[in-house]
Amino acid sequence: MLRGLAKLTWIEIKVFLREPMGAFGTIGVPVILYFVLARFTSLRPPTPSPTLSGFTGPNLPVIVAILIAISAVLSLVTIISIYREGGILKRLRATPLRPQTILSAHVIVKLLLTAVTLGLTFLAGRRYFPPGANIHLYSFTIALLISTLSILSIGFLIASIVPTARFAQPIGAFLLYPMLGLSGLFVPIAALPPALQTVSRLIPFTYAVNLLQGIWMGDTWLSHTGDLVALALVFAICIALSARVFRWE
Amino acid sequence: MPPVIQVSSVRKTYGRTIAVAEASFEVNQGEIFGLIGPNGAGKTTTMECIEGLRKPDSGSIAVLGLDPFRQVYKLQDRIGVQLQQAQLQKRIKVWEAIDLWASLYNKKPADAERLLDQLGLKDKRNTWFMNLSGGQKQRLFIALALINDPEVVFLDELTTGLDPQARRAIWDLVRGIRDRGKTVFLTTHLMEEAERLCDRVAIMEHGRIIDIDTPAGLIARHCPERTVVLSTSDPTDATPFRTIPNVESVECVGNEFTIRGSGDDLVTAVITCLSEHHIRVTDFRAILPNLEDVFLKLTGRSIRE
Repeated sequence: MLRGLAKLTWIEIKVFLREPMGAFGTIGVPVILYFVLARFTSLRPPTPSPTLSGFTGPNLPVIVAILIAISAVLSLVTIISIYREGGILKRLRATPLRPQTILSAHVIVKLLLTAVTLGLTFLAGRRYFPPGANIHLYSFTIALLISTLSILSIGFLIASIVPTARFAQPIGAFLLYPMLGLSGLFVPIAALPPALQTVSRLIPFTYAVNLLQGIWMGDTWLSHTGDLVALALVFAICIALSARVFRWE
Repeated sequence: MPPVIQVSSVRKTYGRTIAVAEASFEVNQGEIFGLIGPNGAGKTTTMECIEGLRKPDSGSIAVLGLDPFRQVYKLQDRIGVQLQQAQLQKRIKVWEAIDLWASLYNKKPADAERLLDQLGLKDKRNTWFMNLSGGQKQRLFIALALINDPEVVFLDELTTGLDPQARRAIWDLVRGIRDRGKTVFLTTHLMEEAERLCDRVAIMEHGRIIDIDTPAGLIARHCPERTVVLSTSDPTDATPFRTIPNVESVECVGNEFTIRGSGDDLVTAVITCLSEHHIRVTDFRAILPNLEDVFLKLTGRSIRE
């Protein structure tokens, strides 16, 4: 029973906005980054693609989107570890505030943050898109949220296994960023050595990137059912494993 | 009326450490019950077992007739547990915390505004948690523990780190809770707090309950000695004082006499003796034993060690 979820989520949002550097760091940085990158890449001659005129390749928004997702996941991992280390989750057992409610509130806030950051990011680089790109923006946001949920489940698994807060975030970063490298975002999968290609097929990022690139380009959701299934599978497996392994203290 | 809390032969170990070797006691409805002892005695572990946070290795616990570990959800509406510092967001406002907590319970919450008023937090409604003083934070935690109008309230080392004024204010608050018909279970290592606040106490050391009684009862049974120290400018020696009934020793240093004896009547007897012999005193002190002395007597060590 997730009682108090709505109120707690609202409070989390308010508290987040009260933190001096929080809002700026989490939202501002990707927005500025995107704006700067978009500006520089738009200086090159435009590609003939009708949806991306003035913009080279679909990779840039996907990169920024995934980076936002990873940062959301890492901060969740850190929070879980800190709470657990402080014995906070255990003590809350005596109150009606369930640990699941707290974590769900965190996840919802992070997802909201991801969506807002993404929205602002694209608003910032708006002038580099033709008007038609807006339609894909909503689908893209949804695709990103789905991907984020999947990556979050990996983060949750990491948080379940790693006992201390001090190691949770670095280990998380150490695992997630290289996964990103093998996802086909920076180097096409076909260009990878065969061994790494196999690894790449096992990483959820590969499917997330494929999905995001496709949606951005205007593909239908149906054409990406494979990616969606893969992401859902990762989510299910990670959550099931975490439920086994997770300890509240 | 059955006891509100029943603890029976509870034992809890962590690996090779025995946190609670053997604990048995009962808490009655409407009393302030204190579990007292030095740090590391096992009080917090015992309390956590009663709150349902930990499962004892053996023994049984009943709170309001329910098993706190297995029936923790049923119990939550009826008990109030004090939070720890780290469980609240730093930048949450006082009223937001109260509002959130009130929304979590099935019961209609106690009047939140009145609660804030009673606890002296009314003008701090909009203050962030991290900007409250130590005493104000504790009062907020008490408010949160009371928001669901519980039948039993659990308080853990409530006044540690507070200045004496804040401490007394919290004591008054806790007595007020009891006077409203609730049962209070608290742990403390401050003997003064136990003496002033608790109706009954259980002394705990090294994971064992050593004795249970009212503070006065414990003192009367274990430390019947009384001491009177007086100074007089009249020329007199110790002789008149030795005639006092129940006197065990009289020491004389200069014009200061230290009279030791036992029984509640000793002080009156000394006064009567002074009056009969027309001795005037310039200084008069009665030193009565307290729970610290009881602890020392029972365990052979000071609670401060």
